[in-house]
Amino acid sequence: MRVMAWWVQHLLRLAVVIVAVAIVAFGLIAASPIDPVDAYLGDRIAQVGPEQRALIAQRWGFDEPLALQLGTWLGNLAQGELGWSHIHDAPVSEVIASRFHASSMLLLLAWLGSTLLGFLLGVVGGACEGSWLDRAIRLYCYTLASTPTFWVAILALLVFSVRLGWTPVCCASPPGVVQSEVDWLTRLHHLALPALTLSLLGVAQIALHTRERMRQVMRSEFALYARAQGATRRDIAWRHGARHACLPALTLAFASLGELFGGSILVEQVFAYPGLGQATVEAGLRSDVPLLLAIAMFTTLFVSVGNLIADGLYRWVDPRLREAAR
Amino acid sequence: MAITPIETRIDTRRLGLLTRLGVLLAVVALAWLAALWLGASGDRVDFAARLSPPDAHHWFGTDVMGRDLLARTLEGLGLSLRIGLLAAALGTLVALGLAVVSTLNRMADIGVGLLTDMTLGLPHLVLLMLVAFALGGGPQGVVLAIALTHWPRLTRVLRAELLQLLNADYLRVSRRFGKSRGFVIRTHVLPHLAPQCLVGFLLMFPHAILHEAALTFLGFGLSPGQPALGVMLAESLRYLSAGHWWLGVFPGAALLAMVLTFDRLGSAARGLFVPRETMP
Repeated sequence: MRVMAWWVQHLLRLAVVIVAVAIVAFGLIAASPIDPVDAYLGDRIAQVGPEQRALIAQRWGFDEPLALQLGTWLGNLAQGELGWSHIHDAPVSEVIASRFHASSMLLLLAWLGSTLLGFLLGVVGGACEGSWLDRAIRLYCYTLASTPTFWVAILALLVFSVRLGWTPVCCASPPGVVQSEVDWLTRLHHLALPALTLSLLGVAQIALHTRERMRQVMRSEFALYARAQGATRRDIAWRHGARHACLPALTLAFASLGELFGGSILVEQVFAYPGLGQATVEAGLRSDVPLLLAIAMFTTLFVSVGNLIADGLYRWVDPRLREAAR
Repeated sequence: MAITPIETRIDTRRLGLLTRLGVLLAVVALAWLAALWLGASGDRVDFAARLSPPDAHHWFGTDVMGRDLLARTLEGLGLSLRIGLLAAALGTLVALGLAVVSTLNRMADIGVGLLTDMTLGLPHLVLLMLVAFALGGGPQGVVLAIALTHWPRLTRVLRAELLQLLNADYLRVSRRFGKSRGFVIRTHVLPHLAPQCLVGFLLMFPHAILHEAALTFLGFGLSPGQPALGVMLAESLRYLSAGHWWLGVFPGAALLAMVLTFDRLGSAARGLFVPRETMP
């Protein structure tokens, strides 16, 4: 029953946060000095007279009070009507669906890669505390935390695509080929380097936290007891350490979805990968307000659900908390 | 007899941290001086030497307009430094303000909690882009965007500190002695929070620089005419596939070096001013 109450409480909080984000995001866009009609017209601005501009503004509802505009938008949002993207000339929901489909593979691969690699490095580092391996892992993590994401992507592009020529220089498929005719091997070939870059970048936090937990376990009395019973260091690390450390690692993995998406924006920009991150940048630069707002809402949902899962997972996986909840 | 060795040990620790702090500050000052000395030579166009690889004359090579990349990189570092300084200072003020607000009453605390949840709910970069968009880009846009998005961690620290402080006996005693609210805040609360604020500022600084570069790289920050590192790296993308690797490598390496320096500076300062958090 307490589990039920916990979920209700947290889902309610999630709903409040999402509505609040919607209002703030709308406010931010409304406060922008960039005029949406100008942005829509773009180069055609010289061909349009003031009457026509007023007509567009009226048709889009800019002559209404701001609160009414917000109300209309929230109402449409609640019905799943996200609006029309003028730079893609398609419904926003379609743009987001197709872009997220392209990004999802990248995000999934990078997420799995960074979680597994980070966990592994953390376990190894914590188990051999003080060794040169541990020092190397720590140095790598600390340096990585200070490295600009897009610069790592640029370096990877330079080494693997330009110098070695192992991977394509850009895009999700070869230019000039129809999307439907691209086979999955080609797709994977284009995906490999962005995914690898993104996963190498996400390693640091998980590795450092796992290492800390491993260190505690290796110094604990039950590790000493296992040692006295003849278990090797490796036994203790895998049988006791890794099990203790996997929960915080998993939690962190779900809690860091926001950083993962932020990283994917930069990486997609460098590799010219046509995913949701690139769509975000385009929408912002070319003032596609409906698309920008919708992406903000979508990613908030994505990240907040990740955070919720991270919180819930703890209670579900950890037998001690599960017992306490009963 | 028993106390002496402990005292010496703490002293050497502080001395070591102080030395580290001094060395790091000297490095920053040197970079600043170098940027001043080179001055505007990074803007000098020389089409005869365009896109030349690194050599004895141009240590970092030259860009597409024949401008010296080393001078431009140093100029970019100076620009990043100024923007980072301003943004982190403003961010610290925002964090302090919100921490104070959250301790006023229960409603305010819930409000700040909701704000924190919102800030952490949106992906950081998307929020930065939204704020920069709202402010129409440019230097002010970047500075405010960073200041308005980096406060949650420091606010949490300061709030906990404040709550502890407000329940402390010596504050109540001071009030009972008839001291004014302003006096108590000035002489007891602020001095107590100052080290946390300074450390929070120094720890925020590398993030501020990294996010300024990222925003500028994506095109939401400084204008393409300015010698910002983000602009230089964004431009370099067009020339990488032609093999002009130095355009992408050196500005990024300089950025990494600066961020690492300030990261070290922050942790050294934390060891010095807030020792109980760093004690093993």
